[in-house]
Amino acid sequence: MNEVKHRKLKISVLRYNPQDPESVPHMQTYELEEADGMTLFIALNEIREKLDPSLQFDYVCRAGICGSCAMLVNGRPALTCRQLTKDLGDEFTLAPLPVFELIGDLSVNTGKWMRGMSERLETWVHAKEQEIDLRRIEEPMDPELAEKLYEVDRCIECGCCVAGCGTARMREDFVGAVGLNKIARFKIDPRDTRSDDDFYELVGDDDGVFGCMSLLGCHDVCPKQLPLQTQIAYVRRKMVAMAFS
Amino acid sequence: MRVIYTDVLVIGAGLAGQRVAIAAKRRGHDTIILSLVPPKRSHSAAAMGGMQASLANVIKGQGDNEDIHFGDTVRGSDWGADQDVVRMFVNTSPKAVRELAAWGVPWSRVRKGDRQVIINGEKVTITERDEAHGLLAQRDFGGTKKWRTCYVSDGTGHSMLFVVSDHVIAEGIPVHERTEALALIHDGSRCHGAVVRNLITGELVAYIAKATTIATGGAGRVYRVTTNAVICEGTGMALALETGAAALGNMEAVQFHPTPIFPAAILLTEGARGDGGLLRDVDGHRFMPDYEPEKKELASRDVVSRRIEEHIRKGKGARSRFGEHVWLDITLLGEHHIKHNLREVYEIAKYFNGVDPVKEWIPIRPGQHYTMGGIRTKPTGESPTLKGLFAAGEAACWDMHGFNRLGGNSVAETVVAGMIVGEFVADFCDRTENDLDVSTGLIREFVAREQAKIDDLLHGKGTEDATRLRSRMQDLMTDKVGIFRTGAELESAVAELEELLKKSRNLGVRSKSTGSNPELVTAYRTQKMLKVALAIAYGALTRTESRGAHFRVDHPRRDDAQWLKRTLATWKDETASLPTLEYEQLDVKKMELPPGWRGYGAKDYIDHPDTSKRQAEVDEIRTKMEGADRFAVQDALMPYEHLLPERLRGRNERIDERLPL
Ligand SMILES: Cc1cc2nc3c(=O)[nH]c(=O)nc-3n(C[C@H](O)[C@H](O)[C@H](O)COP(=O)(O)OP(=O)(O)OC[C@H]3O[C@@H](n4cnc5c(N)ncnc54)[C@H](O)[C@@H]3O)c2cc1C
Ligand code: SF4
Ligand code: SF4
Ligand code: FES
Repeated sequence: MNEVKHRKLKISVLRYNPQDPESVPHMQTYELEEADGMTLFIALNEIREKLDPSLQFDYVCRAGICGSCAMLVNGRPALTCRQLTKDLGDEFTLAPLPVFELIGDLSVNTGKWMRGMSERLETWVHAKEQEIDLRRIEEPMDPELAEKLYEVDRCIECGCCVAGCGTARMREDFVGAVGLNKIARFKIDPRDTRSDDDFYELVGDDDGVFGCMSLLGCHDVCPKQLPLQTQIAYVRRKMVAMAFS
Repeated sequence: MRVIYTDVLVIGAGLAGQRVAIAAKRRGHDTIILSLVPPKRSHSAAAMGGMQASLANVIKGQGDNEDIHFGDTVRGSDWGADQDVVRMFVNTSPKAVRELAAWGVPWSRVRKGDRQVIINGEKVTITERDEAHGLLAQRDFGGTKKWRTCYVSDGTGHSMLFVVSDHVIAEGIPVHERTEALALIHDGSRCHGAVVRNLITGELVAYIAKATTIATGGAGRVYRVTTNAVICEGTGMALALETGAAALGNMEAVQFHPTPIFPAAILLTEGARGDGGLLRDVDGHRFMPDYEPEKKELASRDVVSRRIEEHIRKGKGARSRFGEHVWLDITLLGEHHIKHNLREVYEIAKYFNGVDPVKEWIPIRPGQHYTMGGIRTKPTGESPTLKGLFAAGEAACWDMHGFNRLGGNSVAETVVAGMIVGEFVADFCDRTENDLDVSTGLIREFVAREQAKIDDLLHGKGTEDATRLRSRMQDLMTDKVGIFRTGAELESAVAELEELLKKSRNLGVRSKSTGSNPELVTAYRTQKMLKVALAIAYGALTRTESRGAHFRVDHPRRDDAQWLKRTLATWKDETASLPTLEYEQLDVKKMELPPGWRGYGAKDYIDHPDTSKRQAEVDEIRTKMEGADRFAVQDALMPYEHLLPERLRGRNERIDERLPL
């Protein structure tokens, strides 16, 4: 392999530690030599190891699976563990996702937000019976439907769609595309006994589908390429029908 | 001092921990779950391949049942597993997968009629039965006689974890996210809970519980090269070890996966080879047929991993800036197959290596993948030596995997163990003799001790750098306690790890924040990881045989006469630099399946003196009972059903094995 000359990267990070009364939000720039195959996961860990042990950020799977590591890269929400530095310029900025509670630097509390959303929207199958006879053969399901369910079940609750959403920035309790997508997911699941009325109760207001301005800031930033546009339109159609019925 | 009281404390919010919590809560016990990260980010999410359950819906799974699953699992374990536990597991796994189906997991389903599959690199048409239409589908996995692995497209673990996590929310079980258990509170014989650090504020809180369950997952990060998430650091195992009372079982049993992508070590699924992918060396030569003429790329995980490393040692690895590797070539599968059936492989290659696997070969090299060892428990999940401490999932060793676990048996284990252990946790809490009874003095002592350790790291005179110690440990583990092990290398690894452990008692950190402080976290975790690493390395040094994934070049044979026993590591003296090793004999005379040849790998082993006698007994029972139903035969060989919680007993229905209405 040829010895290539590596770039010097200038990474500017929005730093702020709300736990520390002395801390004020400010940009801090780190200079780092790029390496082959370097991702932001590798770059930030190198910064932490060599330049600044106090820098806060969250990685778990480092494989684009768990949804922990979303940040604003040059202002745009993205999963950073699979962001190769070679696809970025020599200088770029990193900032924490907006909307979510800031823990410190690049770390935000998406978990708390998502649990709140799940509690409000009751994002689980409301089955007919609490207990089933586990010894019996399972209920059949149409194979295509199972595939369709999985397509929208792929959401990793990374928060990119929420961070990219104008309504979510203004309305604290707006459920976001992530929430509307889940409503659509449970609505098409035959195991869930909830009626359109029940779903209307959950999202038939301005914190739900009627708060959505359909500008689709969410759709383009979803790292799992979920069909958010279609999903939101589907929920809206159903809920508008309910509103007039 | 803040103290939180609850009936059940569960440390870990992966599949295992959350399923335990659901079981306990449903039985009326207040339950709190702790997790380093939001539950849905736990590493269970990363399982793609699937979950083994002998449903026998697909035509290639026809005839499958608990007996065959049992045999595959015991052989896979190289007879290291506890056969009672394997029986409990295989009988509960169909129930677990069906429960998850009712709860909302979008399992892939069988479509009736013809379909094309690739078997041994050749296109074959198979026909699914009408009566199977819409039931859960199964796929093929290594080491199984039947197609048994249930799956959700390429996101099995993700969908399972989301459904179970949402169920926890539905049950109203609180999850205290971004908290970390630092020590168990105990008096040497009874566990009372844990000292827990809030990772945002740094506050230490005592959680006091009747029953404490550790479900903290694997320890992959003690190795440099691992498919595990960055939070799989094995510190939960260290919690048990540091009590001096609880033991870790078989820590030397570590699985290596052949095809993580190089150098990031992100897992590329077995499916890539299952569907016909080839391994090539520096010259582009397909080398596996030279070593394994029969199974080639599709030999078992430990065998393929060893062959790749052997070939690299012969100088046949491709070289890059990051070191040597070989190539995985899936170009022959074609664009459509790669982008549809192997979407994750395609995305990982594209995002992490900038490689287009439709046209280019993917660099791979074996890496640590799974921790078979863990906190030793009885079949109930409770520690035999520390009352009130339970363990489940990858962190536990109850012991169903022995020295090698089969693909798909691990996520199955998490939910099965969650169901079983959860019931026993609830039973335990039901008994009045187990009511909370702990002195505040003891609680205070444990909190003060943990606080002192942290203060010492922040403000003490320590000079050692945790990151350096940790990376040296990871190098040692990957280089000397890896796929090929020798006495000499293990000895030098153990000696150096001991030095590192001693140094780790003199750590200092530069950032002084008492709240969220990643450097501080690295420091105290490194101290714990070194103990776990030593349990692995020392166990491997002492075990002078080869069994399953534990391969000793200097002792290449499985030796049942000497080594049909489980390693138990305890850390009795805090100032010691090595764990104490003891051994627990496995009883051949009780085995349903006495030790023999696995059906693959080396056919070369030393028998246990009891084996032939037990084999004769088993044969006799089988002959005598010829024609009897399989349940009666099984019961005559090794009765186990009494070990299961009442509500999980009972046969499993299949298309070809209907239960009476
Ligand atoms: C890449 C990959 C692919 C895999 N694919 C498959 C597959 O296809 N099929 C299969 O059967 N198996 C597979 N496995 C194995 C399987 O996924 C794991 O063994 C299993 O999910 C472990 O689940 P768990 O609940 O035991 O632990 P985890 O899911 O790892 O959860 C551990 C939990 O413990 C918490 N925790 C840890 N330490 C502490 C502490 N000190 N205090 C508080 N909380 C703590 C964490 O926050 C986390 O919530 C795969 C593994 C990997 C790495
Ligand atoms: S919908 Fe997409 S962007 Fe939004 S949380 Fe889910 S995965 Fe992330
Ligand atoms: S369409 Fe716009 S308002 Fe609606 S969820 Fe998406 S980003 Fe938010
Ligand atoms: S760390 Fe898991 S998605 Fe990035």
